[in-house]
Amino acid sequence: MSNTVFQGVLSGRVWKFGDNTTTDYIMPGFAHSGTAAEMAKFCMYANRPGFAAEARPGDIIIGGRNFGCGSSRPASRNLQTLGITCVIAESLSRLFFRSAINLGFPVLPCPGVYEIFEEGDTAQVDFRTGEVRNLDSGAAVQTHTLPEIAARILEAGGVVELLRREYAARPGHGRQTSP
Amino acid sequence: MGKTMAEKILARAAGLQAVSPGQYVTARLDLLMVGDFSAEIYDAFRDIGISSVWDPSKVVALVDHEVPAPNVKVAEQDKKRRAFAREFGIAHWYDVGRGGICHQVLPEHGHVLPGSLIVGCDSHTTSYGAFNAAGTGIQVPEVYWAAAKGELWFQVPETIRFEITGTLAPMVMGKDVILQIAGAYGTDFALYKSIEFVGEAVKEMSLSGRWAIANMGVEVGAKFALFECDEKTLEFLRGRTRESFIPVESDNDAEFESRYCMDVSDLQPQVACPHDVENVQDARGLSDISINQAFLGSCTGGRLEDLAIAADILRGKKIAPHVRLIVMPASQEVYRDALSSGVLQTLVEADASIGPCSCGPCVGYHSGLLAAGERCISSSNRNFKGRMGSPDSEVYLASPATVAASALTGHITDPRLL
Repeated sequence: MSNTVFQGVLSGRVWKFGDNTTTDYIMPGFAHSGTAAEMAKFCMYANRPGFAAEARPGDIIIGGRNFGCGSSRPASRNLQTLGITCVIAESLSRLFFRSAINLGFPVLPCPGVYEIFEEGDTAQVDFRTGEVRNLDSGAAVQTHTLPEIAARILEAGGVVELLRREYAARPGHGRQTSP
Repeated sequence: MGKTMAEKILARAAGLQAVSPGQYVTARLDLLMVGDFSAEIYDAFRDIGISSVWDPSKVVALVDHEVPAPNVKVAEQDKKRRAFAREFGIAHWYDVGRGGICHQVLPEHGHVLPGSLIVGCDSHTTSYGAFNAAGTGIQVPEVYWAAAKGELWFQVPETIRFEITGTLAPMVMGKDVILQIAGAYGTDFALYKSIEFVGEAVKEMSLSGRWAIANMGVEVGAKFALFECDEKTLEFLRGRTRESFIPVESDNDAEFESRYCMDVSDLQPQVACPHDVENVQDARGLSDISINQAFLGSCTGGRLEDLAIAADILRGKKIAPHVRLIVMPASQEVYRDALSSGVLQTLVEADASIGPCSCGPCVGYHSGLLAAGERCISSSNRNFKGRMGSPDSEVYLASPATVAASALTGHITDPRLL
């Protein structure tokens, strides 16, 4: 699994997915027993066959409302495996938001974002200011920045990295401190 | 200013006098339901170097999504789950044949207490709201943090007060109520929010009906889906727990983000059509939709009341010849009670296939899956494209009564029209 480290500003080619794009689409149940690479091949297979083959590292997903609804499965892992750098959506399901941040995958709810992009446009997302800009048309929307706690987890690269730092520093715990 | 149920529970768990919507707090967990993600925790703890869970008496682990192990990979995972329970001294571990689906097992075994804060490795953890507990889902890798430390950050949600009035007609169930709500207001109307379900219809409703509504709270986006604790709740808990608890109710002057009111007296059996839970219609208008499979089970619709109403509908009859009816009791307790009360015998005589206490077809992993072009009517909670197998299959969500009636006729059927 590639772990996208939060960089603050991301830009990339846009894919658009509409309202209620479920985690069942992002990480289908029928493919769940495969390796990370095998699972990612079926990302969006039910709603958009071909996406996984055509997506390129650096691409960005612009979503409609309630992106990532449904199951709590760690669906952003599939997007990370494909090299997608972030999801910006009208709204994000609570579970997907939390899961993505904890996996170190940047996401941002941004009302108004869906209509300023056509697929294939280039988006630029500034997580430090909350501005999302269409570099082709020049259109931009402004949203709230991530809550501080979420930004801190992202900057660390996910909650596992936070735990690693803490437990590595404890005497008697962690591989780094083993004799 | 008064407080809502969610605000009271989070304030107590965070050790604060009071909290308000929008505020970020760090709250102590009363219970952590790791479900079948204990194998992942086991690996992650070894990798990171974490040697213990914060409180082995407050962690519940079990197997439910793939039971019994359908392949060697899952069997190996199960081995790790058992090792996790043993090596970390997990007090509450329910192996195959001892438990069932998490959201059924936890209340049955007295783990879900009114007024408590519970997180679980499953989206339908909102189920515990039926027992006045603030339950909500998390996932790997956040559960590693929760299991190690027993605390998590939360944003205090705004609260929707949802009053349900009137009287449910016979054969109309809690499931129909939540489908009607999803259809009327959409699958994101409660996003990030806590919903409180109150009103005369709620008081009259069975605990099983409330359970189905709270369970599907997450299908309308909710963080918590709470009910008040009443005599029915206490009656259920009697003999299941000796722990003390303090139920919560919202204050009269609590501040609600919005209020909804729905009268269910005229509510008809509802069906969520493919491929979205908000795509809801009356069952009676869908009688030209034929089905190949009917599924009675899951954390939404696999309780004793659900199996019993299906048995009432199917008693002395056979399901339609081209239909397969798959029944999976939600837990070992449900299975036992359905067995001793003759419910399972009635269903078997109607040609139902009885499966293990497992999530089964609902989760789309391993059993009862659909081929291309097939249709299933299901008492479960999600009808997304490909959820139950082939992306070219279709899932219709309905109440257990409607599922049984449809299995009987072979097409979607309002159970009152039989």
